[in-house]
Amino acid sequence: MILLDRVSKSYNRRGAALERVSLHVEPKEFVIIVGPSGAGKSTLFKLLTREEKPTSGKIIIGGIDYEHLRDKDIPLLRRKIGVVFQDFKLLNNKTVYENVAFALEIAGISNSEIKHTVPKVLDVVGLKGKEANYPLELSGGERQRVAIARAIIRQPKILIADEPTGNLDPKHAWDVIKVLEKINRFGTTVLLTTHTQEIVNALKRRVVTIRDGHIVSDRAVGRYKNT
Amino acid sequence: MKNHRYITVERIIKNGVVGFGRNVWLAIAAIAMMGITLTILLFAIISNATFNHTIDDLTSHIDVVEYLKDSVTPAQRDKQIGQLKQLPNVKSVQYTSKEQALKSYEADNVNNPTLLAAISETDNPLPASIEIKPVDPNKLQDIQNFLTKPVQQNLQSDPTSYSGDRKAAIDNITSATHFFQQAGIVGIIVFIIISMLIIFNTIRMAIFNRRDELIIMRLLGATPAYIRGPFIVETMLYGAVAASISLIIVWGLFKVASSTLQASSLGLLDIGYSSDYFNKHLVSILTLQILVGILIGAASSAIATRRYLKTRQ
Repeated sequence: MILLDRVSKSYNRRGAALERVSLHVEPKEFVIIVGPSGAGKSTLFKLLTREEKPTSGKIIIGGIDYEHLRDKDIPLLRRKIGVVFQDFKLLNNKTVYENVAFALEIAGISNSEIKHTVPKVLDVVGLKGKEANYPLELSGGERQRVAIARAIIRQPKILIADEPTGNLDPKHAWDVIKVLEKINRFGTTVLLTTHTQEIVNALKRRVVTIRDGHIVSDRAVGRYKNT
Repeated sequence: MKNHRYITVERIIKNGVVGFGRNVWLAIAAIAMMGITLTILLFAIISNATFNHTIDDLTSHIDVVEYLKDSVTPAQRDKQIGQLKQLPNVKSVQYTSKEQALKSYEADNVNNPTLLAAISETDNPLPASIEIKPVDPNKLQDIQNFLTKPVQQNLQSDPTSYSGDRKAAIDNITSATHFFQQAGIVGIIVFIIISMLIIFNTIRMAIFNRRDELIIMRLLGATPAYIRGPFIVETMLYGAVAASISLIIVWGLFKVASSTLQASSLGLLDIGYSSDYFNKHLVSILTLQILVGILIGAASSAIATRRYLKTRQ
């Protein structure tokens, strides 16, 4: 499903953010990526969403080889991958409903289908009744669930969540993680980065540790100690 | 995919209109700025038109008069008039006989008995004349060249009016008006460029304020056209509203000016004419102004959004 082969990325000549990183993720897997700030997790995600191009190496996601990806195909790629960001990245002058519907609008889905699907997904993430609110009227946890609803509404094969619990208190963080597990059970490959060791250790999933741009460990049922 | 395209266009327009409503303070600021700029531009255009009208008025009095000897026969005179009408820069030719000249002299000096006494019907010193109106007052020399040929001079009692001091005065006026007309055109062009820059910058700031939206939409996989579309629709609305407001301001000012100043003129600018010009061309000014507003708005936002939609390498 996701294949990185000796991928390097450097922003300047002084040092590389990622160096010869190879990673293989099977379909329907739930992989947690851990590591201290500045280890290269965010760079890895930016490479996966094609916000950045690798300096060298090969990236293949869902059968799409990034090397042959043209600029005009990038929007199509991004619609196939669900992404959740630490800072939510919601459109603050659109309502909850509109934020979630936006993901379908850009794909040219019909209005009737949007009307049918959006309430269902908002129900899944527990935001029924908040449709008409604007993001700034919601709590952090609610906002992150809007972002998740937006990411999953197109039923992507892959969901990438970059520190989705980073700005949340433990209770809300767990709500978010439960939603991610639920999505994974429905068959979506989930890639999650987090700093919170309680979450990592409780999930009992594959854990990949990145440090200084290198993968230093990759365990099927990993544990993580926050240092 | 026709249906898909239709849905996309519909959504772009809808999102643009909704965005206009939701970003109302930003919209007001941008519209105010555009409105003021367009008002100044509109004033510049009307002033220029009025100024040109004044200049036309002034230069329409410029002519060349040929004074005929008393001995010129009607046949020679008609031939002369015929030849003058053939010249390229001649708009009209008007013959004045000795008798007509005397009559208008008497009419002009009806309150001056001394001057009247100097001239009597039996001894009329005034020559018959041919008044030649030029098409382009800057090219009087063409007519003058024809009139100073020896054959022509044989018919003339005096040098033409386009000689000596009068020639110098006419040349001064024509070169000055020519300069002012050119300056007017340059002025309008400079105004247009400045207003475009101001409007462009206003829109750029408005979009800069909302760059996060653009970046988020891009990350979600919206195509550049789909992201940019609503912004363009929004700024086109700014342009249309700003143009309408500037038109109302100008219309109101003329209404007030022409009623209080009673169509007086300020130096070279005839307010009455400006007001007439504005009212007469209201529909075309309205159309043009709104079109300009919409186009500048659309172009500005198209350019301003571009930098946020580029794919990073």
